Amino acid sequence: MTDHTLKVERLFAGYGARSVLEGIDLELLPGKITAIVGANASGKSTLLRAMSRLLAPSDGRVLLDGKAVHQLPAKQLARTMGLLPQSPIAPDGITVSDLVGRGRHPHHGTFSRWSRTDDEAVAAAMHATRTSDLADRPVDELSGGQRQRVWIAMALAQGTDVLLLDEPTTFLDVSHQVEVLDILTDLNRTRGTTIVMVLHDLNLASRYADQLVTLCRGCLHLCGEPCNVLTEQTVREVFGMECRVINDPLSGRPHMLPIGRHHTGG
Amino acid sequence: MTTPAVSQLADSLAVGRRRRLVRRQVVIWVLLVSLLAGFALTLMLGQSYTPPGDVVRVLLGENVPGASFTVGRRRLPRAVMSIVAGLSFGLAGAAYQTMLRNTLASPDIIGISYGASAAAVVGIVFFGLSGTSVSTLAILVSLAVAVLIYVLAFKGGVNGTRLILVGIGIAALLESVVAYTLMRAGEWNLQEAIRWLSGSVNGATWGQITPLLIALPVFGGILLSRARQLETLRMGDDVAAALGVGVATTRIVVLVAATVLVAFATAAAGPISFVAFLAGPIATQFVGRAGSLLIPSALTGALLVLVGDYIGQFLLPSRYPVGVITGALGAPFLIYLIVRSNRTGGSL
Repeated sequence: MTDHTLKVERLFAGYGARSVLEGIDLELLPGKITAIVGANASGKSTLLRAMSRLLAPSDGRVLLDGKAVHQLPAKQLARTMGLLPQSPIAPDGITVSDLVGRGRHPHHGTFSRWSRTDDEAVAAAMHATRTSDLADRPVDELSGGQRQRVWIAMALAQGTDVLLLDEPTTFLDVSHQVEVLDILTDLNRTRGTTIVMVLHDLNLASRYADQLVTLCRGCLHLCGEPCNVLTEQTVREVFGMECRVINDPLSGRPHMLPIGRHHTGG
Repeated sequence: MTTPAVSQLADSLAVGRRRRLVRRQVVIWVLLVSLLAGFALTLMLGQSYTPPGDVVRVLLGENVPGASFTVGRRRLPRAVMSIVAGLSFGLAGAAYQTMLRNTLASPDIIGISYGASAAAVVGIVFFGLSGTSVSTLAILVSLAVAVLIYVLAFKGGVNGTRLILVGIGIAALLESVVAYTLMRAGEWNLQEAIRWLSGSVNGATWGQITPLLIALPVFGGILLSRARQLETLRMGDDVAAALGVGVATTRIVVLVAATVLVAFATAAAGPISFVAFLAGPIATQFVGRAGSLLIPSALTGALLVLVGDYIGQFLLPSRYPVGVITGALGAPFLIYLIVRSNRTGGSL
């Protein structure tokens, strides 16, 4: 169980003159899984980027353990907080173990040598993501599901207590989506890693997250436990869509059934 | 919480990693030894043969009748120029290609070298400059060209493909400046100006070599000190930043150091065609793509120039400057790269 606190204070951010986040206040639960959901262009990815300082906020602060992340030394931050962006680039011809090993970058200076600790961190990350058998394969030959597991392994090898992930399940079929979320849950339970991720699928978010955050047009809409957040009213306000929310018989969490114009029994 | 399974995996990873490291070091040593052998051979061989004993005596500063002039004044500066220019082009080319994640993004393709040539030609023909002032102008203009390409390609971040296209456009513009200038040039200037267009180590003098000899360790050293950050940048700006790399700083430092190095090398030996472009991909064939390419590329670049110059001097029916030889190697490779990227459906 880690006790790093991550707090967003009155955060404004955007790209050039276009402002995306309009003053967000948010406190992430330490040692828990938080899922951020919202319509397209509601600012989910921007929030994640601003939290991990890929994007400088135009106003407001992101505080990690009470310190502004945009003022921490880059490497020091990278030892505490990791981020897996939406479509990372695998260099041509790189092998799985080499890519995972790159996650150790923040633990090395210009002249420091690779150590046993590094090998063990890489091995543990590959073991946890079940990518051990792929060690010598080139990343560009892998399937989408395997590749995503390898990227998660790289983020794990970084050994951070806080991990941000931008849509880690995009482009994966349903079994691989569940697999990725299971791996992240394992990580959360065994190492106590605080996980914050942007997800598209409301039902998977509801099932896997301890805390559900909904964004709407750059503002925080709701934040709380899935059973309090995922309601018919929330979906109407955030996505502009009618739905029915039932109880997921497997997890006991809310489950959303969309109501379109067809095939809804009416 | 290291379980036996993890521990075992860590052992096998360590074995694999050590094997790759050894292989890499072997390749680097082979390149280095070949380079030294090539250097020794070019000092001994030429129109006439000079025995190794005489070469060593000349290098130690003794006066050896018959050898002091050929070896000391002709072959030695030429070989040293080939090596330092080749090292610089290879190093800077690989730095550009790695930073922009694209083989086509080498300074000789995106107009950086053209910047130096165009500045030199205009300086010589229109302003009657010569010597150091031409080199200084060439270095300043290629830096300005690099900044211009970067600014024109900047759109909330730098995209490799856009930078290459802008660079090719700038290169075409500079080429037309050169063509116009040459048409206006008097005969006496033409000879001097031509040297800036096709790379050549012919008639290299210590006066030309010395600035590059000083620039190479300084700017090459800066590039090598950023090797790890550069490797991490290959995974994209976002991942690199998340791993604690100062992306903007690394880019600026590498861009400036590589550009200055190319400019110094061009000022010394002219834009030896395609050495910067070819060295990285050839080195990749030797060492693979697990680790930094900077040192293998630098050695490969030096070998290319040294061997290319030897071929151009002695192995062909008439004599050609080294730039013609490397150009003849580089052009087919450029076409191959473009054909391959079309076939795989990729963009540039």
